[in-house]
Amino acid sequence: MAIITKSYEPTFWDKLYFPALFKGLMVTLRYFFKRKVTIQYPEEKYIPPDGYRGLHRLNKYSDGRIRCVACEMCSAACPVDCIHIIPGPSPWDEGKERYPVRFDIDLLRCIFCGFCEMACPEEAIELTEIYDFSDLTRENLLIDRDGLLEVYELTKNKNYYSQTKKSEKSET
Amino acid sequence: MGVVHGQEMVLNIGPQHPSTHGVLRLQVKTDGEIISEIKPFIGYLHRCFEKHCENVTYEQVIPFTDRCDYLASMANNFGYVVAMEELMEIKVPERVEYIRVIMAELQRIASHLLALGTFGLDVGAFTPFLYMFRDRERILDMFEMTCGARLLYNYMWVGGLSHDLPIGFVESAFRFLDYFEPKIEEYNNILTYNKIFIERTADVGVMPADVAISYGVSGPNLRGSGVKWDIRKDEPYSIYDRFDFDVPVGIGEKGNLGDCWDRFNVRLTEMGESIKILRQALTQIPKNGDVHQTIPKKIRPPKGSIYKRTETPRGDLGFYIISDGSPIPNRLKMRSPAFTALSVLDEIGRGWMLSDVIAILGSLDIVLGEIDR
Ligand code: SF4
Ligand code: SF4
Repeated sequence: MAIITKSYEPTFWDKLYFPALFKGLMVTLRYFFKRKVTIQYPEEKYIPPDGYRGLHRLNKYSDGRIRCVACEMCSAACPVDCIHIIPGPSPWDEGKERYPVRFDIDLLRCIFCGFCEMACPEEAIELTEIYDFSDLTRENLLIDRDGLLEVYELTKNKNYYSQTKKSEKSET
Repeated sequence: MGVVHGQEMVLNIGPQHPSTHGVLRLQVKTDGEIISEIKPFIGYLHRCFEKHCENVTYEQVIPFTDRCDYLASMANNFGYVVAMEELMEIKVPERVEYIRVIMAELQRIASHLLALGTFGLDVGAFTPFLYMFRDRERILDMFEMTCGARLLYNYMWVGGLSHDLPIGFVESAFRFLDYFEPKIEEYNNILTYNKIFIERTADVGVMPADVAISYGVSGPNLRGSGVKWDIRKDEPYSIYDRFDFDVPVGIGEKGNLGDCWDRFNVRLTEMGESIKILRQALTQIPKNGDVHQTIPKKIRPPKGSIYKRTETPRGDLGFYIISDGSPIPNRLKMRSPAFTALSVLDEIGRGWMLSDVIAILGSLDIVLGEIDR
């Protein structure tokens, strides 16, 4: 059984309630006139800093070749085993080099730890700042090679979110 | 208590209840509104952490430690890497040690802010919760700037860190501390010394020191009962012995020693102490040093075992690692502070009213991710 004893004795001043109430209200009142800290999310996007660990992308060289050589270092480093690669001879260099015929990432399993981008010797796989890629079906969250390359096009030069803002402005 | 005994009723609180702080089910026996027994049912968030660790390599364990106490991921990382480094006898560079301490203390502030805010919310104070989340957000922003994630960092690695501090981190940390220090006074005005809050928490859920010790309660909950025990002070790991800080303990200022208010106040005062450590660490931190320098190429600890404990915001977090010389842990056991804190709930919660049990649970600051693992 718990010890139930009362030792707290409020003073007369405490019992009035008003001083405490007033003190608290002073704090809140001061904030009433201050700048807001909230973001109106779906309309206004939060812009993450560089190096944010969001959706993956597969990088390309400037001539369009895929950087990835299908060495499978990333899938070995992945703690949840969510990268699946099928290597094959590349369509360039007469097939001397390897390249990923399939490169699937199960985003539902991915924990966005960043081990894959640190393990990659070719700096081919990278995590981008895109964070709002939720979807309604599981199939849509299995991203394949072309999807990953598309993400690269979206985030190549500019921050995805500040870029969308710019294009929205030009449309209106 | 009353002499008239009605029929006892069994009630379920949770698993989906905002004041159980996660998915926890409490089965309470009530007589009217007086609680006569509390039985916590856990396991809704069980993810086989320990068993899972036996199937991944040592470095791959780190993202999973993040997910145990998800409100203090840095502290969990810290506990694991400190244990691993002792097992492998790695000495990390000074700069790494300093960055780790800075991160751990920032995390302590962030975690306490959430604990205090949700505790206030449990007893009916909504505004402080919003203010505390606003300030916590600034810490999360700094973490995000450093390692790219807001909650689950995977930042501290065995032998080093995943990233060095970004440019301007030290300045922004100082700016945050200057901003945050006066805020503690504000919290005092709006919550700690608020009459209504004191009425709800003083004398409620008294945990005497001997009960706390016999249940293995640690961290701020133990210190709230007046026991001066802080692993950072009493068994220093990393470089905590270099800093000058106090260990705040409860003194029963508003009621009995070891009540909810004391536990609350210990956390609040501890944030001030963390600020002290942070200021010292941020001034002393060496300007350069490679954070990847001592990261081993292949983590293969020698045969043997280690038990190492560290002080997380919730208390005494221990990692017991048995290595058989392979790159995969043979056995990994985690001693979690929130688990022991929950076990004491029945002892200190009996005899109180239902609404007080919510306050007691809030004051214990449990995280279900860590209890269930
Ligand atoms: S971020 Fe982590 S979990 Fe996700 S694919 Fe890369 S290694 Fe795997
Ligand atoms: S993404 Fe990088 S690590 Fe993964 S297979 Fe391609 S080259 Fe190798």
